[in-house]
Amino acid sequence: MSKAIITRNLTKRFGDFIATNAITFDVEQGEIFGFLGANGAGKTTAMRMLCGLLKPSSGEATVAGFNIFTQTEQVKRRIGYMSQKFSLYEDLTVKENIRFYGGIYGLSHQQIKSKTEELLGKLQLQQEAGQLVSSLPLGWKQKLSFSIAVLHNPSIVFLDEPTGGVDPITRRQFWDLIYEAADRGVTIFVTTHYMDEAEYCNRISIMVDGKIKALDTPAKLKEQYQAASMNDVFLQLARAKPGENNSSS
Amino acid sequence: MREFLVFVRKECYHIFRDRRTLLILFGMPVVLIVLFGFAITNEVRNVKIAVLDQAKDTYSRQLTDRITASGYFTVDRYLASEKDIEPVFREGEVKVVVVLPPNFGHEFYHGRKAPLQLLTDASDPNTGTTLVNYANAIILQYQQEMTGKVTLPLTIQTASRMIYNPSLKSVFLFVPGVMTLILMLVSAMMTSITITREKELGTMEILLVSPLKPLTIIAGKVIPYIALSFIIALTILAMGFWIFGMPVKGSLLLLLLECLLFCLAALSLGILISSLTNSQQTAMMISMMGLLLPTILLSGFVFPLESMPKPLQVFANIVPAKWFIIILKDIMLKGAGLRQVWQPTLILGGMTLFFLVLSVRKFKTRLS
Repeated sequence: MSKAIITRNLTKRFGDFIATNAITFDVEQGEIFGFLGANGAGKTTAMRMLCGLLKPSSGEATVAGFNIFTQTEQVKRRIGYMSQKFSLYEDLTVKENIRFYGGIYGLSHQQIKSKTEELLGKLQLQQEAGQLVSSLPLGWKQKLSFSIAVLHNPSIVFLDEPTGGVDPITRRQFWDLIYEAADRGVTIFVTTHYMDEAEYCNRISIMVDGKIKALDTPAKLKEQYQAASMNDVFLQLARAKPGENNSSS
Repeated sequence: MREFLVFVRKECYHIFRDRRTLLILFGMPVVLIVLFGFAITNEVRNVKIAVLDQAKDTYSRQLTDRITASGYFTVDRYLASEKDIEPVFREGEVKVVVVLPPNFGHEFYHGRKAPLQLLTDASDPNTGTTLVNYANAIILQYQQEMTGKVTLPLTIQTASRMIYNPSLKSVFLFVPGVMTLILMLVSAMMTSITITREKELGTMEILLVSPLKPLTIIAGKVIPYIALSFIIALTILAMGFWIFGMPVKGSLLLLLLECLLFCLAALSLGILISSLTNSQQTAMMISMMGLLLPTILLSGFVFPLESMPKPLQVFANIVPAKWFIIILKDIMLKGAGLRQVWQPTLILGGMTLFFLVLSVRKFKTRLS
């Protein structure tokens, strides 16, 4: 089981509009896989299908070795998810949030207790453990959010634009957390539209209008498109076919 | 099961941390009951009247005394001439003017027929009618007493008795009404708001990605509110009992079970609403317009259903509150048991089942 995610011609239609058009790719276990695309290119739709939030229209996919059509239950137990919106409960304290998310993934009381200690230590949030999440700065909330998404040791974690609206320093710290998780063997599937973040990924795919236009390591992509940065690669691909700015997600 | 308990605990945090909402939820029934019980009442008491007594004889004075002695009316002032009538009504204090013509006593005793005029401020038609009826009854009674000695050839003697609510206390109608209203409000509106809030915040996505089953999410959301509704229902019953002497003649257990049934119906409506919209604001508006208004207007709580146009009467049948109020009144006032209320209970139960199945199905389809 070296492949974390396998998709074959995965398609999602909303009426006449095709949000993701027959995408095919593999993600290796332990890899940081960047999923890039303009707004409305279909990244969120693709990610939601892999998480079991949306039912694909056609195609095939397995996540952590389980079929996303028939084995959603097993898939859900093995993935973590962090959405675009900040998704902790603001009227609960840091500790209560950890306890809740640990609880719904079926962690035992003991496990939650030790995980909480470990997590608070790592994020240096011991002082704030009893405070309401609403009182934390955004950057901390994001880090906490990520730590909670990997609390139950998922084999894959899906991050949907996790660093939106966060300053560069905190973003860097956030990526340190991601690397650390990847070192433990967690597969990271991350969508972003910060091109500097794209450089941090092992491999990236670029989606344009529902299709995957490019998929390789950042270095190879830059070479292939003779670009100085990922930004140039992205612009070349996104501008190749102008018009049509259908929005989905 | 552990997952479920964790979820319920989280939901309780939400409820208890939101002090303002909690205050409204518990404050509102208290305020409503007190308002309806003391202030807003259909009963006539100490209504101010003015008397234009042009006769000033024994009989006119006796009649005036009679009217005031009833306790329903007090004489605010005596008028000197007909010109004073209009300004008195304008002022608004006085609701009824009694005009006794000159020679009232003479005509009453000798002419056997005395005219008397009752002028009523009918800007509020219901009150106006009620006042005229009360005044008429007193005058009639006086007339009967005066003529009582004379035996009429044929008479029908009406002996009326108001059963179940002998003293015509309007609070007996309002307690079941307010209970219905509050249970609907807490169960339906609060559920729809708390579910849509999770959608707005984006936490619903996280819950749906987690291995929690949709049924666990729904149950976890709903059960704390059932508990809350129950506490509120008990509060209302206790207030009705101790403050207004509203009895519970039937079985309290049956009453509470019926409350549970109604709560379930309201909760499933709440879940249904939350599956229609993603915003708290819309959910609140739909609950207000779609649930609270029919509950107030078409349940027989404020306006009697019997006097409504036929189409509205038919429509009222699909309002769960109508059946719940019938059940409540029967159990509380008439001491009815399940044998008497099985029909509305069955209807309410059918509705609940229908809404419950529909809402759970709707909720599931949102997942895929």
